[in-house]
Amino acid sequence: MTENTGRVVSINGNLLSVEFDGNVSMNEICYVKVDNTELKSEVIRIRGRIAQIQVYEMTGGIKCGDRVRFTSEMLSAQLGPGLLGQIYDGLQNPLPLLAERAGWFLERGNYADGLNAEKKWEFTPTAQIGDSLQAGESIGTVPEGPFTHKIFIPFYLLGRYTVKSIVPKGEYTVKETVAVIADERGRETPVALSFQWPVKRAIKCYSERLAPVETMETKVRLIDSFFPVAKGGTYCTPGPFGAGKTVLQHTTSKYADVDIVIIAACGERAGEVVETLTEFPELTDPKTGRSLMERTIIICNTSSMPVASREASVYTSVTLAEYYRQMGLNVLLLADSTSRWAQALREMSGRLEEIPGEEAFPAYLESYIAAFYERAGYVRLPDGSTGSVTIGGTVSPAGGNFEEPVTQATLKVVGAFHGLSRERSDARKYPAIDPLISWSKYPGVIDPTKTEFCKHIIQHGNEINAMMKVVGEEGTSLSDYITYLKSEMLDAVYLQQNSFDLIDANCTKARQRYVTDKLICILGSEYILDSKDDARAFFNRMRQRFINWNYTEFESDAFKKTETEIDELYAQGNGTLTAESKKLLSKDGE
Amino acid sequence: MNKVYNRIESIIGSVITVRAEGVRYNELAEIHTRFGKSLAQVNKIDGDIVSLQVFAGGQGVSTGDEIRFLGRDMRISFSEDLLGRIFNGSGEPRDKGPALTENMQSIGGPSVNPTKRILANRMMRTNIPMIDMFNTLVVSQKLPIFSISGEPYNQLLARIALQAEADVIVLGGMGLKYDDFLYFKDELSKGGALSKTVMFIHTASDPTVECMMIPDMVLAVAEQFALQNKDVLVLLTDMTNFADAMKEIAITQEQVPSNRGYPGDLYSQLAARYEKAVDFADSGSVTVLAVTTMPGDDVTHPVPDNTGYITEGQYYLKGGRIEPFGSLSRLKQNVNGKTRRDHRALMDAMIRLYSAYKETLEKKNMGFSMSRWDEKLLKYGSLFEKKMMDLSVNLSLEESLDLGWEILADCFQKDETGIKSALTDEFWPKK
Repeated sequence: MTENTGRVVSINGNLLSVEFDGNVSMNEICYVKVDNTELKSEVIRIRGRIAQIQVYEMTGGIKCGDRVRFTSEMLSAQLGPGLLGQIYDGLQNPLPLLAERAGWFLERGNYADGLNAEKKWEFTPTAQIGDSLQAGESIGTVPEGPFTHKIFIPFYLLGRYTVKSIVPKGEYTVKETVAVIADERGRETPVALSFQWPVKRAIKCYSERLAPVETMETKVRLIDSFFPVAKGGTYCTPGPFGAGKTVLQHTTSKYADVDIVIIAACGERAGEVVETLTEFPELTDPKTGRSLMERTIIICNTSSMPVASREASVYTSVTLAEYYRQMGLNVLLLADSTSRWAQALREMSGRLEEIPGEEAFPAYLESYIAAFYERAGYVRLPDGSTGSVTIGGTVSPAGGNFEEPVTQATLKVVGAFHGLSRERSDARKYPAIDPLISWSKYPGVIDPTKTEFCKHIIQHGNEINAMMKVVGEEGTSLSDYITYLKSEMLDAVYLQQNSFDLIDANCTKARQRYVTDKLICILGSEYILDSKDDARAFFNRMRQRFINWNYTEFESDAFKKTETEIDELYAQGNGTLTAESKKLLSKDGE
Repeated sequence: MNKVYNRIESIIGSVITVRAEGVRYNELAEIHTRFGKSLAQVNKIDGDIVSLQVFAGGQGVSTGDEIRFLGRDMRISFSEDLLGRIFNGSGEPRDKGPALTENMQSIGGPSVNPTKRILANRMMRTNIPMIDMFNTLVVSQKLPIFSISGEPYNQLLARIALQAEADVIVLGGMGLKYDDFLYFKDELSKGGALSKTVMFIHTASDPTVECMMIPDMVLAVAEQFALQNKDVLVLLTDMTNFADAMKEIAITQEQVPSNRGYPGDLYSQLAARYEKAVDFADSGSVTVLAVTTMPGDDVTHPVPDNTGYITEGQYYLKGGRIEPFGSLSRLKQNVNGKTRRDHRALMDAMIRLYSAYKETLEKKNMGFSMSRWDEKLLKYGSLFEKKMMDLSVNLSLEESLDLGWEILADCFQKDETGIKSALTDEFWPKK
């Protein structure tokens, strides 16, 4: 087959028009020859003999007539052992390797394989000659860090295949053939430890999709108890700048109860990635006791890196997530920030001179966002096990206004909404998730009637506070004032959490349940307090003890001691449980 | 060898189009008009129609003027000779010195590989208490100074230029009033900092296209110095003018605008500049401080809004002071634990008390009666504003901390400050 080529006829930013002769397919990868390098590009529109391509690099120096080589392949990720612990750019180039080759800067036209081609992996076959298998079923395993990495029949193969030969246990590189399989007509296909998959297509080699019902613990009380996320679910975190979106994701990436975390730093600050890179190798994963980096993949296409590969980076990340899900693992994908990805779409749309939608975003923005979040899911795999991909995306709305198109399009498709507010972050309340606007459709770790009870206190307290701003403290009744103090206490001791404190930041399910019951006991009681000053003093003391309690290790001696102090103070306040809270607490009798 | 074209097809604003072949994207050209020579840069090619933005603007350009393509992109000479010099937005000398031609470097180069960066962890002292003590500037940080027109932001920049612990200062002026340009020149030469400074100045009366080139030239020079193991401080004023220049060109070329007329890639464009702030592993660093004026004091205006998402905090200049509440240095906790033991605790306590003072002030203005505690807060607030917040205060970090303790001791008892007794016992001034 002769090489399919074309030549550049127009240049506008990173959008080129190319005249071609042969056949060109949509989203095909092509390379633009300029000086001594070739620049990776993708076909995004075809009209007659003209293909419009977006270049994943800076386009300075390109001229009309420059040659373009079409590859007839779509933008793909290399899937195989060795992905964990890697730091990739949006096109799956390992950044440390590029640095070795090019030094300080990301020179254009410098590409590298996603997986190390020389490294040998210890392969153990599990399939037998004669086995009938299909795409997404495994033929063997290799150990990768703490995980057993399954080797699959490539996902792009259609129909059933018979294993013709398979190598014995031994060491192989990612590109060596380890098995030969034949389809129904007897045509043979070699299988290696790795294969390519086009990133913009979802991997669907599962038997069925299940409803996400199991809570994914993040160890953040406000999320797990009030606005939970389920394994295989989706959630979004919009907030104005400085509200702590990235810090929240950073904490989640450390403590989330999942097997693998994929961090997609999409169009954000390079400094934040450096922070993760410096910190993660030093931290240990509480589940496996090994370095946190061994369960993490970082896809980093920071704000100054080319815009087109920023668009590709979210697809690359979700493809890697789906690949590990196929092994029966629970994967969490954290995308920071989806607004930058949407802006990348907007930039291209503008160059294509498409008719703009709201705020100049393209009309297909909503369907693209929906398609991305729909790649999350809790699935049953061909071997009967289950796996999940959970997607959490931050949104950076212009001016902090949630009415803008990206936030609204995202809210339509996610299962939980953690809205960060400027007021809470200005008051240095962490996490700044606003309990009055956030919601979740997933089951949490606490009995729902109990969370309802707590949410009601917050809402009521907030109303009283608003009223108090008008009529002053003097004009507020003592009982209202006490409700206000209760809501303030709930906020301070439960909703807020210290992410720098190792114990407080890592609040387990058992602890959340235990502490909530104690809180319901305190907040659901009536007290004999004579004045507002007395009430304020009582709740201040209670709050202080509770915060100290948060810093003690669960069920340790210190924990029990502080609990006794809380009980003593409760007794001093002559608290009596209301009928409603009695009923709540007796419900499970744990 | 370079072909000359003398048939201009269209002139719209500062963008002209010409029929030419073999022209490279982003290539420079020279255009000879009746007012002299000007540079122009290719910003779009459609077949043989080439669009160029003319640095000197479209005024007076004739359809018969000659255009010569130079076969290279925008470059700037880099050597130690740059120090003490002043250039315009075309990279030509603005002072009376000679033009520099050796060691030409491209501007607007690729971004730094994130794995070659190191975590920002060195403090950059400025001797301004509101910065050093409360929102410490960190080497390789990028911070805007949010301000409204009329605030003394250029005075603040000039003071930082004079006092900051940096090896080299690169100042970029965009849409600068001529008086402000003279002010910078005078201040820096009076303070003896001119010899470590390079200036790229676009004044308000210069052509728009030149304004757009300033940040790239400034940052290219800064990056080169940083690779020579220098700590470079980049000062830019004012980035809103830069964004407005981009808006002007984008609209001239009939690009679809997104928010308030700004082009859809405003975020990427600003980020490409701010992300040049870097601490290189085994080499120097670039720190960026950039004035961003907020039209109508509106922080949700597209320019400050996009900037806030890119930078690592912001200084908020209001009423001639750096506001302690709106301002934030996101990287300060990387360094302020290593300065003096009392730094963090004192910082927190003073801000907490100042916030209490603000509440009291509000109560007072509403006519509520003042308690003894309120009186203490009022005294504290006015002392704090006068002795700490005033922009003319010039103290080292240690002096500021000592002053902080003095102010507290002047107004409060030890246990009223909420500071751990281990610290108050050691640092409380003895009378």
